[in-house]
Amino acid sequence: MTDFVHPGLLFILGALPIPILKGSVRKAYVLLIPTLAILAVLTMHPGSYGAARFIGQEIIVAKVDKLSILFATVFSIMALIGMVYALHLTRAGQHVAAFVYVGSALGVVFAGDYLTLFLFWEGMTFASAYLVFAQRSDQALRAGFRYLMIHITGSIALLGGIILHGFATGSLLFGPIEGGLGLATCLILAGFLLNAAVPPLNAWLTDAYPEATVTGAVFMSAFTTKTAVYVLARAFPGTDLLVWLGIVMALYGVIYAVLENDCRRLLAYHIVSQVGYMVAGIGIGTEMAVNGAVSHAFAHILYKALLFMGAGAVIHVTGRRKLTELGGLYKTMPVTLALYMVGALAISAFPFFSGFVTKSMVVAAAGQDHRALVVLALTMASSGTFLHTGLKLPYYMFFGTDQGLEAREPPRNMLVAMGMAAVLCIAIGVFPQTLYGLLPHPVDFDPYTGVHITESLGVLMFTALGFVIFLRALDPENTISIDTDWFYRMGARRFMWLAEKPLARYEKAVSDVSETAALPFLHGMARAGLRIDLRGVDAFVNAIARAILRGGGALRRLQSGVVTHYALAMIAGVIAAIAVFAVAWR
Amino acid sequence: MIKRVVDFFGDERHAKRRRRLFYLVLVLIIIADFLVFREHAEYLWERLPGWSALYGFGSCVLLIFVSKFLGHQCGLMRREDYYD
Repeated sequence: MTDFVHPGLLFILGALPIPILKGSVRKAYVLLIPTLAILAVLTMHPGSYGAARFIGQEIIVAKVDKLSILFATVFSIMALIGMVYALHLTRAGQHVAAFVYVGSALGVVFAGDYLTLFLFWEGMTFASAYLVFAQRSDQALRAGFRYLMIHITGSIALLGGIILHGFATGSLLFGPIEGGLGLATCLILAGFLLNAAVPPLNAWLTDAYPEATVTGAVFMSAFTTKTAVYVLARAFPGTDLLVWLGIVMALYGVIYAVLENDCRRLLAYHIVSQVGYMVAGIGIGTEMAVNGAVSHAFAHILYKALLFMGAGAVIHVTGRRKLTELGGLYKTMPVTLALYMVGALAISAFPFFSGFVTKSMVVAAAGQDHRALVVLALTMASSGTFLHTGLKLPYYMFFGTDQGLEAREPPRNMLVAMGMAAVLCIAIGVFPQTLYGLLPHPVDFDPYTGVHITESLGVLMFTALGFVIFLRALDPENTISIDTDWFYRMGARRFMWLAEKPLARYEKAVSDVSETAALPFLHGMARAGLRIDLRGVDAFVNAIARAILRGGGALRRLQSGVVTHYALAMIAGVIAAIAVFAVAWR
Repeated sequence: MIKRVVDFFGDERHAKRRRRLFYLVLVLIIIADFLVFREHAEYLWERLPGWSALYGFGSCVLLIFVSKFLGHQCGLMRREDYYD
């Protein structure tokens, strides 16, 4: 086992000492573990590790191949960046939760069987929920509970699917799922799609992420949806349904982003949109499409974290999160703005930024697979992406109406973390070959062709023209948008109404009936019983007792204590016995 | 350096230069799109120079108005205390 250290366990076990460490020792420690994890990932070799048998099933704790190494690489890099961003926190709780969360995500990425996968899947759910609860506001607590309940529901579907799949195939090893969509497959797919935030199972994400702590949201933006992308890429490549779901996601996210006023919720809708590209790529299923999907996941984690860090920095400094209450911060937070814009240009796929070399691979793969509609829909979503994350959000947050907010640059560790992510966003865009070398299939794709550059710039810059012309139509409004969480939020309310009104009334009616009719009847019955008991049963028993007492008294008189009386009685007895013997025997 | 670039995009006094630069970039992109070599064009529109610019602009406008229509006319946007 010396040639393989499980980076997930490194994080999970590494979380234990955090609460007892203090000050700069703790700071050094929470940076050391992610660094070791990066080294562990970089030095690992493909193969199966930690094979065992459990309840008669084969278990593989870690199955290492190119796909898992790719995700593990970006996860551990992201963990380091996230920890740098969260370094100023004084409480240990969030560090521990983040460690367990990252460790569980890595556990899923290496899981060779469904049981291991499920175990870590649950670990992610609970650890990430803590990052919402840690915000401590009433709103966050509610959102956190909704987040937990939705994910637990999804996990139950997943577990059900795993059990059915295990019975059907006799093996719990995790790999591509063959055959049509049976019940087992559907349940597993539903569990995966929920974590990938595919509409209509998306609302947990946009509900909970903006309520999480500033530093927690950075972690959340990176891990849950991307582990879902990983398991989809592993189990369901080439499933046509995913192509359509992916398109819907990509457009769904940008449509809702137009309406959104909360800065991090706007970014959360763009997670939905961007994961749509990945889901569509996995659905197309060609080597190039899967390469595109997973490389986009790699790039997405870094630029999305950067965007969340930028928005988080603004919230950290100003305490405000609504676009209607922000504006004019470019004077006081220029570095934050510049770093945020690197992320925005990367997500929008500007040339020389990471999105350009990954997102375009998905779109190109769709084109190669003769899916014109997919190409057009995804290109339209790109336009929407730039419109919101690249134009609307920075305009209303940093420029726009100056709200005269007292602001300054955030703590240095936040800027350093953003700088790290920004450098990687640019590095991937400028030197895509390094990332391409990590991809599961050989890459035959050059993003830097003249026509690709001019087409991308055409789409993006004319989107900017649309933005400039229709700026007033985009003014943020002080509203919230109804998403599919309406069903369970209102559903829960209806349920509570049902419990409090009709059910409570029914309960009261039943207790009234019992008080007015049943209770007096029972009282009467009890009294009658008592009477029967006293007059009937007791009298009878007393009579018997008295008879026995009297009989005893009579018998006592026979015991005189005089020997001659006893002798006489014996003789009388013998005579009687002889008489009986003589009569009866004859 | 960063501060100067950021100020260029923010300060009102640069508004005119900013706008000129923006239009210049748009024109250059269109010109470049006419000049680039298209070796492999799968679909009709890919052979059409300036198509992407048109599509980008159209998408942007479509997204804004479809979303706002859904938000205002179909009741997706609600008051902030809707769930309270």
